[in-house]
Amino acid sequence: MRRRAVEEGFFRALMVLAVALVVVGLLLIMAIITAKGVGSLSWEMITQAPQGGYYLGKSGGVLNAILGSLALAVGATALASIFAFPVCLYLQQDYAGQSRLASFVRTSLDLLWGIPSIVYGAFGFTVLLYLGMRASLLGGMIALTLVELPIMARAMEEAVRMVSQDLKEASYAMGGTRWETMRKIVLRQALPGILTAVLLAFGRGIGDAASVLFTAGYTDSLPRTLLDPVASLPLAVFFQLGTPFPEVQGRAHASAFILLVIVLIISVVSRMMGAKVSKYSVR
Amino acid sequence: MRLRILTERLTTGWIVAISVTVMLLTAVVAAALVHRSLPIVEGHSLGALLGGSEWRPLEGKFGFRPFIVGTVWVTVLAMALAVPVCLLAAIYLAEYARDATRAIVRPLLDVLAGIPSVVHGLFGVLLLVPLVSDHLAPWAARHLACLPGATPQQGYSTGYCLLTGAIVLAMMVAPVIISIADEVLRGVPVAMREASLAVGATRWETVKHVSVRFAAPGLVASVVLGFSRAFGETMAVLMVVGNVAMSPKSLFDPAYPLPALIANNYGEMMSIPLYDSALLLAALILMVTVLAFNLLAQGVLVVARRRAAQ
Amino acid sequence: MPHISVRNLTVAYDGQAILSDVSMDIPDRQITAVVGPSGCGKTTFLRCMNRLIDMTNGARVTGQVLIDGEDILAPDADLISLRKKMGLLSQKPQALPMSIYDNVAYGPRLHGLRDRKQLDALVERYLRMSSIWEEVKDRLHTPASRLSVGQQQRLCLSRGLAVEPEVLLCDEPTASLDPVSAQRIEQRFTELKQDYSIVLVTHILRQARRLADYIVFFYMGELVEHGPADQLLNDPRDDRTKAYLSGTIS
Repeated sequence: MRRRAVEEGFFRALMVLAVALVVVGLLLIMAIITAKGVGSLSWEMITQAPQGGYYLGKSGGVLNAILGSLALAVGATALASIFAFPVCLYLQQDYAGQSRLASFVRTSLDLLWGIPSIVYGAFGFTVLLYLGMRASLLGGMIALTLVELPIMARAMEEAVRMVSQDLKEASYAMGGTRWETMRKIVLRQALPGILTAVLLAFGRGIGDAASVLFTAGYTDSLPRTLLDPVASLPLAVFFQLGTPFPEVQGRAHASAFILLVIVLIISVVSRMMGAKVSKYSVR
Repeated sequence: MRLRILTERLTTGWIVAISVTVMLLTAVVAAALVHRSLPIVEGHSLGALLGGSEWRPLEGKFGFRPFIVGTVWVTVLAMALAVPVCLLAAIYLAEYARDATRAIVRPLLDVLAGIPSVVHGLFGVLLLVPLVSDHLAPWAARHLACLPGATPQQGYSTGYCLLTGAIVLAMMVAPVIISIADEVLRGVPVAMREASLAVGATRWETVKHVSVRFAAPGLVASVVLGFSRAFGETMAVLMVVGNVAMSPKSLFDPAYPLPALIANNYGEMMSIPLYDSALLLAALILMVTVLAFNLLAQGVLVVARRRAAQ
Repeated sequence: MPHISVRNLTVAYDGQAILSDVSMDIPDRQITAVVGPSGCGKTTFLRCMNRLIDMTNGARVTGQVLIDGEDILAPDADLISLRKKMGLLSQKPQALPMSIYDNVAYGPRLHGLRDRKQLDALVERYLRMSSIWEEVKDRLHTPASRLSVGQQQRLCLSRGLAVEPEVLLCDEPTASLDPVSAQRIEQRFTELKQDYSIVLVTHILRQARRLADYIVFFYMGELVEHGPADQLLNDPRDDRTKAYLSGTIS
């Protein structure tokens, strides 16, 4: 009897320790990036593009990377939504039924979810070569779209699946077509979840480095057209950290802090959105 | 009325067309990589490519062995660190934690999952690299010298090494493993748990004999998915793992995983013949490995869900 | 002294009372049927007796449940020996994810029995006691989940009996069974009451009529009336009991 109680206590302690380890790890990451980043953060960092000699420690900031990342992620998220939304509608019983195609689509999404972003980067680059383009905002967006698509589709499908079949049948019963049911019932009912999915993908997209490494390029100026190369925050962190100058490395820390703050804000907003159910949702 | 039916037809066509496109996407990516890596496979035997350990692109020598070994080691090590912690944490969340605790920890896991990989990498550079080079490696050299894999080949460690890479990776895959394992364990029927408690089992005994056994396929899947995630992770590992093209012999040796190889060399590859093909072959190897693992995990999860539904 | 006495038992869930101020004694070696319309607190009442109520988040339990004079609701109560004492048969048979043999041997093994011969004998004895032995003796080591629902329920009864409880708590044990299996379980109960006190939650009034020696009637979380079966069924005192028995409320 005593042995069993000891075993219970031992494993319970081990489990609490495991949870604590993960939580402490997370807090440690945030604390260290904040502590190191805030020190090098300045108004200049977020309001200016790099000036001459920036990478040797002269004046300037990473505005080019902040705006570049936002442009990349906004574009990719928009593109990904165009694909993810129809797919999540399709995966419902109303369209797919029990068809084999649906299970293939689902498996394909699962596989796309698992493909590393560096592979999407490499794929995107070969596509660019094939089209005779160079690294550009458009190229980065396309690669990033591939990264975001499975994340968004998966989260959206979960939101859409929550809409009960009874509710949809109420619409069909009144003579609504499938599309009308989707637009007026499913979209409205699942809207908070769908927006959460979009923001989730946006957050992943803005932080992804490997896919934009060769497809978006890097430049100190802001792109004028879709075909110009563009800087991004994750790569700003990476490149600045690679220089031998402590001032520039400090700016890498500050850039990472900016990136972290953006990602956290997105995560908080999406959580609030998920919690706030839209006015007409039936519960 | 006609308009409504027309709209219905058009939207259905649009929805199905997009879905088919997405379905074909995996195949398109794979086909492109295969197509582009054919030149190098035609010139060299696959055995020589995968087994060879000389990497001299200028001389036309492409041996992937050190990179494959590096990838496998850093991933396996990361999983060895992550799996026990993650499974225990998931069991705690699913079986022990009160709703209030879950309500705090689950969002934190989502935050952890959303942290960009360069931030993880920077964390490794700022905290783990000095920790390993100044404390862990010397300590291991003093106390664990008799064990294989505890002393670095050059006699000292820069901190940019296998172990650091593995710790960073472990942090990154933790939320993936914990979330899936937690979901799977929550799928164990409450009544089944209660049936065990009702004959006088302790909670841990119930976990050990009933929940884990019932959820076993799903738990395996969570680990496999974590593994494949770790296998292809690029930037964070690249930043802390050292990137020296040799097979690591100890925890404190640098390694050069495949994703890092692609990331570091893609820029200049166009100037050397076959280099681009070699790098795309690396990408293909990554993709095929990850797809194989994911298919396996999905298969297992399907079995698990079916079981939970019974 | 009666085996189980309940004193001022109140259960609230998120501030809403599910059971309010229940006090009664449960007679030894008899079948006590707990009846009442669904949602009246029957199951909650049962779950207090082996403290599975602890598993329900947000439930607040006050009052006392005394078993052999010991308050099992006390925070320091020994849950393991308590649950060993109180066998449970739930609404849906829940076979553990292991073989038929291991299902029955599960409890005794946890409580320290290792000897193979003793275990074999014990498994056979309890499988016989719930009259399923003949049907499974040739496939003891196959997964229990392959048995039919009716067989699983009898297996669960064996599993519960195998830890040698003093009380059997049964939560609508025949609700998910076909009529033949249900009848078999009922037969077992009439034999088992020689040795066990049985608390049977049921919403089937006819089942209570057939089996019960003592009846407890709950209505909307309140213990309305309790007494020997004859008296309560034939001469109920409270209007609500009368209404329930006549089928006006259900």
